[in-house]
Amino acid sequence: MIGPAPAKTGRLALAAVVAMVAASTMACGASYLEIPIETPIQPKLDVSPFQRVLVAGFVSGGSEDIDANQETVRLLRSQLRTKSSLKVIDADILPLMEVAQDQTKAAADEVARENASPNNTSSGDHQSNGLALPQRIKDEKDLEPYERLFANTAYWKRIGEEFQNPLIVTGTVLFTNRSTSGFVQRDQEVYDPYGRRRVIPTRTYMERKGFMLRPKFVFIDGRSGATMYSESYREEVLYNAQQNTPALSSYFELMDRLVPSFLSALSSQKIKGSRVLLK
Amino acid sequence: MTFRPAALAACILVVSASPSFADARADARSEAKEQVEFGINVAQRGLWREAIYRWEKAVELDPTYAAAYNDLAIAYEHEGQLDKARKAYEKALELAPNNPQIRQNYELFKEINDRTSSGKDR
Repeated sequence: MIGPAPAKTGRLALAAVVAMVAASTMACGASYLEIPIETPIQPKLDVSPFQRVLVAGFVSGGSEDIDANQETVRLLRSQLRTKSSLKVIDADILPLMEVAQDQTKAAADEVARENASPNNTSSGDHQSNGLALPQRIKDEKDLEPYERLFANTAYWKRIGEEFQNPLIVTGTVLFTNRSTSGFVQRDQEVYDPYGRRRVIPTRTYMERKGFMLRPKFVFIDGRSGATMYSESYREEVLYNAQQNTPALSSYFELMDRLVPSFLSALSSQKIKGSRVLLK
Repeated sequence: MTFRPAALAACILVVSASPSFADARADARSEAKEQVEFGINVAQRGLWREAIYRWEKAVELDPTYAAAYNDLAIAYEHEGQLDKARKAYEKALELAPNNPQIRQNYELFKEINDRTSSGKDR
């Protein structure tokens, strides 16, 4: 006799709470309304002087599981084809790492020539060492010296002339493995003696691994070779250490998050969402 | 001379507490509410400019009506008038700082604005 009583009381209390919530929801239902909206975003760049866009290539590094240069060019070209008014130029992807290394070598040779001239008394070793580029890019520090490639207006002007003065998209992409461990909060389902389900946040220690993507998009005016605008992003995704997610699918997952921002630099975008109207 | 401001304040207090003043305020809110409801009706049909007109009228009638500012902010956002949207959201929050729906709308608006304003690390 004593046992079932709390259950009955509990159920009654629960029913009362549900009824109250329903009543208040109905009351609230009259005072607000969720409505879909589309927020138009103006492009950050004035691309009206251009009819064509060349996604030239990227200086890339990090994980060797994917070719970040090739994948980024392919993805951006296909996005621009469907979501911008510019004509996308289909051209061979530029091997920008090699280009940068050639330019550096040429600059170092010139420094050496200057040093060898009898009029020059200063030592050029220090200067030529400062120009050196890492052969393999493992992290952000390795990418830094490659940045000067984008400031080489003569080079980009020449590329622009070759393709009839388009807007040029280039930059750097670093896609690296990432692993971390620590406490993670997760929701856990529990059932009490009366069979009622509850969700309790619990903190568990977990080993996680995944990927980090750090692209920098550089927009260059193909008529002058000058940089018009650049933007950098950082995104990462982490999974359970036991989960085996292919690098390429993680790359696309991360790029998916960035593509709207990339496109909003070139063309007006409408961002769909919903808001709550109040009475 | 010194008691003039006190007299003025007392006078304002008496007028604002008087039944006619309270009635006027209630009338303004009631008229503003009508405009807000009409605005919601037309916004649901996609007539956002008409909705803006109604909600601008509502905040003119009753400048303390947080819901009207919230709705106006949404309409400005939909029309791409983001500066005006920000100001309207901020006004709505100033009037109703604890309203979770206004705060949620504002957070979503800010997220879009931050995402698109400039390149950044996230």
